[in-house]
Order: sequence, then structure tokens, then C-alpha cells
Amino acid sequence: MISIQVEDFNPGHEYERLEGNKSSGAIVTFTGTVRDMNLGDEVGGLFLEHYPGMTEKALQEIIDEAMERWELQVVRVIHRIGQMHPGDRIVFVGVASAHRKEAFAACEFIMDYLKTRAPFWKKETTPEGDRWVDERESDQEAADRWL
Amino acid sequence: MIKVLFFASFREQLNCEQLSLEEGEYSALLSELKSQLAEKGEAWREVMMSHRTLVAINQNMTRKDVTLNSGDEVAFFPPVTGG
Repeated sequence: MISIQVEDFNPGHEYERLEGNKSSGAIVTFTGTVRDMNLGDEVGGLFLEHYPGMTEKALQEIIDEAMERWELQVVRVIHRIGQMHPGDRIVFVGVASAHRKEAFAACEFIMDYLKTRAPFWKKETTPEGDRWVDERESDQEAADRWL
Repeated sequence: MIKVLFFASFREQLNCEQLSLEEGEYSALLSELKSQLAEKGEAWREVMMSHRTLVAINQNMTRKDVTLNSGDEVAFFPPVTGG
């Protein structure tokens, strides 16, 4: 299940939703939060823009591919949009699988692909003014490992 | 008619969120549409010619040149930075 939302989410509640499947022996979750520093500058806020419609489609394709690669019982992806501040939660990925290896791999795969394929853009507020965040080569390299 | 969308820094650079181009106002190929839009000014040329520019046709990213059809949604945006 995919949610794109302005509101915060509760990782505890999301974790509980991943439980309860008796064939699952492993649950792995990832929560991404807003940092107060980037490229040596203080970050006071972060604005998240997305491409409505395409974002959901791109995330579904990523989940479908993960489910083809590994046997997963439940996959949950939440991504927030709009204005956020340091310490705020931005993204959540949760995976339930029979074994830990699959669950770890799938969670990492989904995050790596989300970062390079889902149409989200970050604009950060720094003392120097607002700026759009540039893509990182290391994110692309992380995604390319799965090819 | 086709719809052309711009996101994030491109939207700001071009000061344009969306264009609607009627039949006859747009080229038959994506590559031609890019050249056509590049004619609109310096900022447009930069965005259209940049190797960083990503394109989605009907919400699917594409790296190929494709034929444009009425009803298509073409989007131009910089590399994504979510997560």
C-alpha cells in the first residue's frame, strides 16, 4: 500500500500493521527524517514537491518489481509532501517477508529505487536562501547495484 | 491537444507550470518538441538541451524519442531527489 500525504505518520502503528501475517518471519522498516545540515549549511526547512499521479505509479512499479524479486507478504510505502522541518519524518518503507535476507534486501531496494525513480523534489531553506537539492551520484550508484 | 508540464526548479526557471498545445502547434516527435520549446528563450534552451533533463510521457519516464499523440501528457523535470 502506498500513501502520499502532507500529514505525519506513526511508525509504531505502521509496524503493527506489518505484523499479524503468520507466514512472515521477518519485518524490516526504514524511516527517513529531515536533517538539520546539508553540504555544510544549516537547513531550517524542507519543501517536498511531487508529480501527482506519476508518483503513485512509479512507486507501484517499484513495489511490483520488489515483489517479483523477493517473496514478500506485505509492503508499505509512505512519503510525505509539503513543508517539513529538521527532525520531521519524510519517508517510511516497511516490508514483511518469510526470511530476514529478503526483507532487508527488499527494503533497501525500494529505498534505492524510490530515491532515483519516484518524481519527488526537495527544496531546502538555508541561511543563504532557498535552494533545490541536487541529485547525488551515490544514490544513483546505490540504485545501479540492483540492475 | 497535448499538455506539457514542468516541475521543481524547471517550473521556476521557466516561470511556467503547464502549456497546452493545440493540434498543429506541436511537433510530431518529442525531439522536435524539445527543439521547438528551446526557441522560446535562453532559459528554455538551457532546460531543453541539458543532459540532466528527464522526460515522462503519460507519466512514464522515457529516454527514447517518441511520436506525440493528441491527449499526451509530456513532463520535463530535473533528476529526482525524494526519500
